[in-house]
Amino acid sequence: MNIVVCMKPVPDPRRWGTLTLDARTMLLRREEVPAVINPLDRNAIEQAVAMRAGGTVTVLSMAPPDAEEQLAEALAMGCDRAILLSDSAFAGADSLATARALAAAIRRIGDVDLVFCGAYSLDGSTSQVGPQVAELLGVPDLTHVTALGLDGGTLRARSATEGGETLYECDLPAVVTFDKEVNVPRLPSMTGIMRAASAGVTRWTAADVGLAPAEAGLAGSPTQMQNTFTPAAARKGEMLEGSPARMAAALVEKLKGSRVIE
Amino acid sequence: MILVIAEQRDGQLNKASWEVVTAAQRLSARIGGAPVKVAVLGAAVTAAAGEMAGAAVAEVLAVEHPALEPYTADGFVGALEPLVASQAPDYVIVAHTYQARDFVPKLAARIDAALITDVVGLAEAEGRPAFTRLVFQGKLAADVLPEGKPPCLVTCQAGAFPADAAARGAAPAPVTTVAATLDPASIRQKPEAPFREARQAVDLSQAARIVAVGRGIREQDKLPMAEELAKLLGAELAASRPICDAGWLPPERQVGSSGQTVAPKLYLALGVSGAIQHAVGMKASKTIVAINKDAEAPIFEVADYGIVGDLFEVVPALIKELQKS
Repeated sequence: MNIVVCMKPVPDPRRWGTLTLDARTMLLRREEVPAVINPLDRNAIEQAVAMRAGGTVTVLSMAPPDAEEQLAEALAMGCDRAILLSDSAFAGADSLATARALAAAIRRIGDVDLVFCGAYSLDGSTSQVGPQVAELLGVPDLTHVTALGLDGGTLRARSATEGGETLYECDLPAVVTFDKEVNVPRLPSMTGIMRAASAGVTRWTAADVGLAPAEAGLAGSPTQMQNTFTPAAARKGEMLEGSPARMAAALVEKLKGSRVIE
Repeated sequence: MILVIAEQRDGQLNKASWEVVTAAQRLSARIGGAPVKVAVLGAAVTAAAGEMAGAAVAEVLAVEHPALEPYTADGFVGALEPLVASQAPDYVIVAHTYQARDFVPKLAARIDAALITDVVGLAEAEGRPAFTRLVFQGKLAADVLPEGKPPCLVTCQAGAFPADAAARGAAPAPVTTVAATLDPASIRQKPEAPFREARQAVDLSQAARIVAVGRGIREQDKLPMAEELAKLLGAELAASRPICDAGWLPPERQVGSSGQTVAPKLYLALGVSGAIQHAVGMKASKTIVAINKDAEAPIFEVADYGIVGDLFEVVPALIKELQKS
């Protein structure tokens, strides 16, 4: 089973308190916060390493050059090789342009049975890239998968939906995006860390995957972020005081008064 | 024209469909009153379409094909591609549900269109409508502008646009039944029976009120207290991630970035610290009440009413107060 895992480095959520906006561009200063592997992409890596059965797991990322650190960690978790799509032409890519670059790289990798992604990234959370990679590759996809198995050449998956789960069957090749329930990601092993050091990271540019400048990055993006801002809190923020009985009575009165409860 | 895609399951409309009508009507008002149409997809959707016809919209399209039930991403994209081509909308608006996350990105990639997901508000940039969405789990917001040729696809976050603000028509809108163009052989995802598991009975996104428990509940044995409060309030019980990870409540009751996004009338948080990953799933609730012993807990930043105190004193007092009436 040859599997490609799409991985996105995201700013470490433990450090989001220190994220700041550039006063001039109103864009986020990502360089100030160290990156980590997007949490759901760890689930995708785990699933790939567990299901590879003699095949090759390739971890693929479209990211700035310093993403080599997260790719090395993916190798240490058990991936066989790492490819970094890194080119100034990719800058400013939205979800569709990102999916286009990843799909082009997956075509170049060739002979791929499965593509795994986290269902969404913790930072942008558009939930778009996985299904768009599938569409651009012309293969089916299953999203928000919470359990996945292979029966002969057929995928069997549980997929989260409104108020429940749907069981699906699907033929290969396919793209699958994962929710966190699917597994518990392993930690990098010592042998993995040593192997990561020797495996190294392959770098491809936009030209290497056959993308024209108009298809990549900002130029190939049908959406553009205009400005970033801190959302205003519009909450009453009224603190109730007194004894538990007094606070309980005040709360019930307020909720009834505003018809929130009957 | 603005095309709303309503969501139905077993003939029941998702209430988020009305929220999306509100969003479409507000967008219409910003772009010179462009007509709004609603499409309902399924095998037999005339009843659901008739319900949507109560909205002040130009037309409701009942887009029918046997292969649209049960739902599949390929089925929906297959039916919507020709529909969008023939209707030629400027915008297509859908509620940001699991179902939408499944088919809308594929549709956008197939027709090479802009897609802005999980939108919480309308904005303006360069004299055109832009769409506000939250990034970094709600820590920051961004205005996103669609570029290039229409349509622009938009999905709206639950609760961002109130369903009850949707303008109703003086007379029902005309309902047109459209036989979808769809090749059943193009559907590659095969849903199996049983289609939905019995144990997954709760859909928090449809709940009017929610009582959520967090780590502050301390012991599984204390859950009945929260259940009793929920019952008195007519609320569903929900939880933050640690409670579901511990198996005290099933995963479908988890609220937050790795669980459900909810926007009930009332969200009462018991011993929930309100970490960003939780807050992003409930911030759009109409009224938020937080009870926590830690006055510094971030949950109070998103609360309308806050009580700093011991859960095990305040909740029994609340139960007593509610039993009085």
